[in-house]
Amino acid sequence: MAKKVLVFAEARDNELRNVSFEAIGAGKEIAAGGEVIAVVVGENVGSLTDPLFHYGADRVIKVEDEKLKNYTSDGYGQAFIQIVDSVDPDAILMPHTSIGKDLAPRLASKLDAGLVSDAIGIELEGEDVVFTRPIYSGKAFEKKKIKEGIILATIRPNNIAPLELDESRSGEVFEESIKIKDLRTIVKEVVRKSTSGVDLSEAKVIVAGGRGVKSEEGFEPLQELADLLGAAVGASRGACDADYCDYSLQIGQTGKVVTPDLYIACGISGAIQHLAGMSNSKVIVAINKDPEASIFSVADYGIVGDLFEVVPLLTQEFKKVLQTS
Amino acid sequence: MNIYVIMKRTFDTEEKIVIENGKISEEGVEFIINPYDEYAIEEAIQLRDDHGGEVTVVSIGDEEVEKELRTALAMGADKAVLINNEDLDDSDQYTTTALLAAYFEDKEFDIILGGNVSNDNSTGQVGPRLAEKLGIAYVTTITKLDIDGTTATMERDVEGDMEIVEAQLPLLVTAQQGLNEPRYPSLPGIMKAKKKPLENIDYDELDVEDDEIEAKTETIERYLPPKKEAGKVLEGELGDQVEELVKLLRQEAKVI
Repeated sequence: MAKKVLVFAEARDNELRNVSFEAIGAGKEIAAGGEVIAVVVGENVGSLTDPLFHYGADRVIKVEDEKLKNYTSDGYGQAFIQIVDSVDPDAILMPHTSIGKDLAPRLASKLDAGLVSDAIGIELEGEDVVFTRPIYSGKAFEKKKIKEGIILATIRPNNIAPLELDESRSGEVFEESIKIKDLRTIVKEVVRKSTSGVDLSEAKVIVAGGRGVKSEEGFEPLQELADLLGAAVGASRGACDADYCDYSLQIGQTGKVVTPDLYIACGISGAIQHLAGMSNSKVIVAINKDPEASIFSVADYGIVGDLFEVVPLLTQEFKKVLQTS
Repeated sequence: MNIYVIMKRTFDTEEKIVIENGKISEEGVEFIINPYDEYAIEEAIQLRDDHGGEVTVVSIGDEEVEKELRTALAMGADKAVLINNEDLDDSDQYTTTALLAAYFEDKEFDIILGGNVSNDNSTGQVGPRLAEKLGIAYVTTITKLDIDGTTATMERDVEGDMEIVEAQLPLLVTAQQGLNEPRYPSLPGIMKAKKKPLENIDYDELDVEDDEIEAKTETIERYLPPKKEAGKVLEGELGDQVEELVKLLRQEAKVI
């Protein structure tokens, strides 16, 4: 049955995030011939509406308000619930990002609805929409559906393919005026800490360091490689506990769970709690001095050697081939 | 201050997962306090030590959870509450929220703390869901918390960046790694914990109807990821290995 699907399109630094297009792709599948309506919210989002059509949105709703400059669960929550009321969708999808994780449960609670968090796959089985999601940080998976009523899900970045970009697609943009009452939470300041600007959860390539990195400075060769590849830098719990880097870089069962196309593990032994966070990456490269390190058991390619020798060589080699290609 | 912590008992992060008859087997599994909830408990204890008041740790589960609740008491919490759901077959985050909301209905609280996710289902839903039901503000993934009068100032982790957020009590917050270093229970703490109150409430004693706690979602299947075949460990001169690796990544794996 054709469905009306509302997709929350998220922007960061006034640019739509890839996962927004992935969520539209997911929405198309669930809509099964019905309508996908993308919502974009912020202080000034006028330039963001076209790409939403190019990636398959049938209709776009924009909401602009100075109170929506920074994300707060109160501000976005009020805006979103009013849109849900006016659109009356059969399903709502949000990216499983910092914002989606914060906002979707509130919306679900408000609507007395079920919510499937962190979906990595969608199948239609008869009338049912069945979501696949990791549990135990990817040590296992489950298939889940909403028993009845409105379908709510958050979509993990990097897992569901967006539609092909088609710049000839267009549609109508609707502007919703929203009443936002006083916000109970106020964002005083946003402090940028991410070094390269590539977000771990959305990165196509991750260069990660473990205890073998030995110091804060030890991350420098990894950062150089990452900069060259447009990659994000991550870390194991060991490296974070030893204060070589910020906890925000931690990948594992505590920390972030990532699924990039390429994961380069440098000086990471591969404790089960780290493997849980990265072993579903598409291709894994392990660089470690210890040939017995368990990271090699999940790696597609391994080099036994000192990361401080291997990583700079790797950077050099990539420089060479990327320049000539 | 009336300080509450919502806590979940979870598998130790070192545990392997075994599936039996479509369910996750708990046989021989070591359980712990969900690591993120441990930060919440530690923060609650520090808040009480600075501002006075009482810390109550609330959990949902079967009698086994009393062990983790005792651990929380041994860390320094004052009271523990177990909402026993042993006889409840079907539950999800909606159910958990409904039970907690019913519990908190007649409680006075200044702040509720929890972990930002559990390390089993990792949905991170219950905190925000509960705040919405209780009609209070919430701030997730906090890494710092200061309370002055009724104003809470927090730092929160937003995908690696940091936000400084202000909100008024009553408030619900969820803890991110980096908030604090949870203490280990001391021996005197463990002795004292044995005498601290641990209340066991059956879920149907709460003022909530059966249809208000019925799960909204259904798990159809659980499965393990396909076992990965051992990869290729390269050999030869290091320089040659690196060259081969780059070639493989570009031509075989096609990821660069």
